[in-house]
Amino acid sequence: MTVKYTKDHEWVAVTGTTGRIGITDYAQRQLGDIVFVDLPAAGRVLKQGDTAAVVESVKAASDVYTPVSGKVTKANDMLADAPETVNEDPEEDGWFFEVELSNPGELDALLDAGAYKAYIDSLE
Amino acid sequence: MRYLPLTGDDRAAMLAAIGAASVDDLFADVPVAARLPGPVDLPHHLGEWEVENSIGAMAAKNRHSGIMASFLGAGAYRHHVPASVDHLIQRSEFLTSYTPYQPEIAQGTLQYLFEFQTQVALLTGMEVANASMYDGSTACGEAVEMARRVTGRNRVVLSGNLHPHYAEVVKTLGALHDTAIEQPAPAPAGEGDLAPVIDQATAAVVVQYPDVFGHIRDYSALARAAQAAGALLVVVVTEVVSLGALVPPGAMGADIVVGEGQGLGVGLNYGGPYLGLFATRQKYVRQMPGRLCGETVDAEGRRGFVLTLSTREQHIRREKATSNICTNSGLCSLAFTIHLSLLGEAGLTHLAALNHARAVEAAERLAAIPGVTLATPAFFNEFTLKLDRDAAAVVEALVGKGILAGVPGARLWPGQAALADHLVVAVTETNTPAEIQGFAAALAEVLA
Amino acid sequence: MMNRQGRPTAPGTNAAAKVDTVLGHRGLDHEEALIFEQGQAGRSGVDLPPVPAVQSRLGNLARQGGIGLPGLSEPQVVRHYVRLSRRNYAIDMGLYPLGSCTMKHNPRLNEKLARLPGFADLHPLAPLSTVAGAVELMGTLAHWLKVLTGMPAVALSPKAGAHGELCGIIAIRAAHVARGEGETRTRILVPESAHGTNPATAAYCGFAVDPVPATADGRVDLAALKAKLGPDVAAIMLTNPNTCGLFERDIREIADAVHGVGGYFYCDGANFNAIVGRVRPGDLGVDAMHINLHKTFSTPHGGGGPGSGPVVLSAALAPFAPLPWVVETEGGFELAEAAAGASFGRLTAFHGQMGMYVRALAYMYSHGADGLAQASSDAVLAANYIQARLADVMTAAFEGPCMHEALFDDRFLKDTGVTTLDFAKAMIDEGYHPMTMYFPLVVHGAMLIEPTESESRESLDEFIAVMRRLAEAAQAGEVERFTGAPHYAPRRRLDETAAARKPVLRWTPPPAAKAAE
Repeated sequence: MTVKYTKDHEWVAVTGTTGRIGITDYAQRQLGDIVFVDLPAAGRVLKQGDTAAVVESVKAASDVYTPVSGKVTKANDMLADAPETVNEDPEEDGWFFEVELSNPGELDALLDAGAYKAYIDSLE
Repeated sequence: MRYLPLTGDDRAAMLAAIGAASVDDLFADVPVAARLPGPVDLPHHLGEWEVENSIGAMAAKNRHSGIMASFLGAGAYRHHVPASVDHLIQRSEFLTSYTPYQPEIAQGTLQYLFEFQTQVALLTGMEVANASMYDGSTACGEAVEMARRVTGRNRVVLSGNLHPHYAEVVKTLGALHDTAIEQPAPAPAGEGDLAPVIDQATAAVVVQYPDVFGHIRDYSALARAAQAAGALLVVVVTEVVSLGALVPPGAMGADIVVGEGQGLGVGLNYGGPYLGLFATRQKYVRQMPGRLCGETVDAEGRRGFVLTLSTREQHIRREKATSNICTNSGLCSLAFTIHLSLLGEAGLTHLAALNHARAVEAAERLAAIPGVTLATPAFFNEFTLKLDRDAAAVVEALVGKGILAGVPGARLWPGQAALADHLVVAVTETNTPAEIQGFAAALAEVLA
Repeated sequence: MMNRQGRPTAPGTNAAAKVDTVLGHRGLDHEEALIFEQGQAGRSGVDLPPVPAVQSRLGNLARQGGIGLPGLSEPQVVRHYVRLSRRNYAIDMGLYPLGSCTMKHNPRLNEKLARLPGFADLHPLAPLSTVAGAVELMGTLAHWLKVLTGMPAVALSPKAGAHGELCGIIAIRAAHVARGEGETRTRILVPESAHGTNPATAAYCGFAVDPVPATADGRVDLAALKAKLGPDVAAIMLTNPNTCGLFERDIREIADAVHGVGGYFYCDGANFNAIVGRVRPGDLGVDAMHINLHKTFSTPHGGGGPGSGPVVLSAALAPFAPLPWVVETEGGFELAEAAAGASFGRLTAFHGQMGMYVRALAYMYSHGADGLAQASSDAVLAANYIQARLADVMTAAFEGPCMHEALFDDRFLKDTGVTTLDFAKAMIDEGYHPMTMYFPLVVHGAMLIEPTESESRESLDEFIAVMRRLAEAAQAGEVERFTGAPHYAPRRRLDETAAARKPVLRWTPPPAAKAAE
C-alpha cells in the first residue's frame, strides 16, 4: 500500500488500482469537532482537484478535493452517524471515499509522508 | 441632544486621550471633495413632542381598520392580538437584544425560538421548521430555491391561484437562474388539476392553501403525482389561523410548507414587518435556509439551546451558502409564539371556528344580493365574489360608507380584465355580526 | 398594643457556601421549562365569543386530529416569557460592543409611533385613497435617505440588509442585460474582508466571486484591484468604512476604475453610522447601497430581526428598481405598484417594512441633520477613544485611527493559553456581551468593537477598565478565569458540537406520554 498526501491536507492510500481518500490529522485539528461530512455518491466520476466532499465543523466548512482522478466506488457511510470518527482516527477509520484510479501516474507528483510532514512543519 | 450622552468636556478629554486636535482629524481619510462643509439640507433636530405631532399627523390621515369595517385579506389578516403580547415583546431584554450568537446570555431568545419552531412544525404537520424568514413571499421564493437544490432541476410549476405577489417573487428569483416557470392563468372558479403539468424536469410544484381566492382543496393526489415525478410539493399558507381548522399540509404529503405568520401576534402594519414560516421534512434539514435553533446541554449538564447547523449559512459558507439570509424575523416570531401560547390548542381551534362561522354568515348574506355570485363554495375565512361590474369602483363607493369591502381583482392582477369584477373578501373574529349586516346592506345599495 | 417581636436587622457572620435549591432557581434567575412541558389540554389564555352554528364550508378538509399545542392561562404565559426575557443581554442593560452591528440605543418614542393605529392597523391592500398618510411617510423617509446619501433614487422594499444586497446586485445585473452585456459580465469583485452576505449574494445571482486582497494597512489593494479589472467585471461590492473599521482612502480611484470598465459600485452600507450626515456615498461614486435601518437608524434588533434594508440607487440603476416604489407628485406622494418600464419586478409581497420606516423616520426627525452628523462624529470618537486607551495592553490590527469600530487581533494573547473565544466568554462574567469575534476573517482572532454614539464617557471608561484588566489577567497567566468562563451566566458554555451532530430542532412528547395516548 502506498500513501500519498496533498498540500490541501488530503491523503490517498492506494492498494492496486483502488485509492482510499480522507483528510489528515492536521486538517481535523484545524477544523475542530467535525459534525457532518457530505460524501460523493458511488458512480460519480472525478477529475484530480475536483471538490469531492465537504467536511463541516460547527464554525467552519471545508471543501475536500480529490487527490486523484477516478470513479467513486464507495463512500464511508458510517460517518453519517459518527462524524467524530474523522477527529478520532482521520487517517484510518475516518476515511471518506474510495475511487477506482483512472490515472495512477498522478500519484508521482503527490507528497510522500516525509515531504508532507516537512510541509506542515513549515506552516506552524 | 437627548440620545447623545457625550458632553463638550467629554469630547475634549477623549480627543486628548486619542491625541487628535479635533474629530475632523479622525475623518482625514475621507477625500476632501467628499467632506460635507455643514449639515445636509434637512431639518434641525426636534423634541419628542414635535416628532409625535409630525408623525402623528401622517398617521391621522389614514382610514385604518380600527375606524372602518374591514374585510381585507389577500395575504394579510386582521386578528385581535391580546394586550399581553405587545407588552411582553417590548421588554428590553427581547426588544433590544441581538441575534443569539452568544448562547450563554441569550437563552431567553433561544428558548422561545425552539418553542416557535415546535409550534410551526405542529401547525403545518411537518417534521422540522426554522426560526422564521422575512415573510411568506420570500419564504416561498426560498422554498423554490431549496427544491432546485434538492432535485438538481430547474423547472417550477406555480398554481395560477397562488398570490400574485408571491408568484412575482418566485419569478424575480427564477430569472437569475433561467428557471422555467409554468403558471396557468388565475382561475377564480377553482383551478384544474396541476398533475399533468408536472414532468421529469420539474423541481417544485407550488400551490396555496387556502388559495388566493379562498378555495380549499385536498392536495394529497397532487403530492403523490409530484413525488412520482421526483418533484417537491410546496404548499403556501397565507392565513396561519386556517391551520386551526383545516387538515395540515403535512398530512397531505407536502415536502415544504411555507407561510405568512402575520395573523398571529404581528398585526397589519401596512405590509411589514411580517413573519415567514418555513417547515420541511427532517431529511432535507441541511438544505433548509434560515436560522435553526437546537437543543443541547451546557458544561454542567443542564439543558440549553443554541443556533445550530450554521454551516448552511452565509457567515460560514459565504458563496456556497444555502441563501444569503442573515436575519430572521426575531421579534415577530416572539409575538407569534406568545399569541399562540395564549391561545393554546383550545383557543386556536375556537378562534378558527369563529372565523369560519363569521365568514360563512357573510358569504351567505352577500351572495344573496342581486348582482353578486359566490365563486368559492368551499373556503375558510376568505372567499371571492363575482360582481356584475368593476369591483374596484364598488370598493371606492363603499369606502365612502366606512367599509373596506375587500381586495378587487384589479389590485392583485392589474390589467387582467377578466378578474376586474372579482372581489376577495376576508372575514375574521374582528368583524361583528352588525358589521357584516352593514356590509351586506351597503353593498346592496351600491349595486342597486 | 406594642409590637414587641424584634428580629435581626444586620447581616450576621454566616458565610454560607452555595446551596442547592429545590427547583434549580438561583434567586431571581429562574429555571423555566418549555411551554409544552407546562400546558394542559382545554386551557386557554384567551376568551372568545361562542361560535354561531353554521353550515360548515370546509368540505372534508376539517382538521381531524389534535395539533399538539399546550394550553396555558394568561398569568402562566406572562410569567413564562418574563422569566425567559431575564436570561438575555440587551442594549438597555449595558454596552453591546458588537462591531458591524451598531448596537445603539433604541428610542421608545419610535415604538410608540409605530404602534399608532393609523400605521399599525392599516392593511397593505387598503384602497390607495385611504392610506395617504402611510405613503407620505414612505415618501418622506425616501427623501431623507436620498439627501443623506446624495443619491437620486431609493428602493424601500427590501426586508433586511442581505435582501437589500440582493436588490442592488439584481439591479446591476438588469442594467448590464439592458446594455446587451448580460452574458459577458460574469464576475464580481469582493474584498477578502467582506461580510459573508456579499459573496453569498453575488454567487446566488449567478456571478463568479473574485476576492480582492487587502494591503498591510487593512485597505483594498488598489493595484491588485486594477489588475483584476476587465470587460467581464459586472461590479465591485465594497463596504466603506470597511469591515476592519477603516475608511477606504482610495475609494474614488476604486469607483472610477470600476466605472472605467463599465462596471458598477455596490456599497454595503452596514457601516454607514461612521459617516452619516458628514459624507455622502453618492459623492464617493457609489451606484447602489443598502442601508440597515436596524443599524444606522436605531430600529430595534429584536433578538435577530426584523430588519429593513432600503437601497439607494444612482441614476444609472434607478430605472431597474424593484416594485413598488413611491413617486413624488404635485399633491404629495403616490405608490406605484404595477409593472413599470425596466423594473426587475418584485422582491417581496406588499411594500416593505413599514413598521421600521416609522421608527427610522422618528429617529431621523429626533436627530435632524445636525444630530445625525453629531452622532457619527461621536461614534467615531468613541471607537478611537477605546482603541487609544487600550493600545498598550491589546494589539490593534492596523496602525492609525479607526472609524466607528476598533479592530484588535489576538497577538496580545500569544502564549497565554487564552484564545479570543475565551477572552470573549470572560467578558460575560464582567457583565458585558462579547464583541464581534473572528470577523473579519482577514485578521487572526479578530475582536471588533463598536461602542456607538449612545455610550456616555463613564460607560466607555468602565468598559475600557474591564478590557484592560482582562488583558492583563490573560498575560499574567490567570488562564482558568478565561477557559472556564462564563461562570456567572444562566448557562455555562454549551455543547455546540452535539447540537450539530445530533440536531434536535423541536420538542417531542416523551415516549411514556405517547404510550398513554
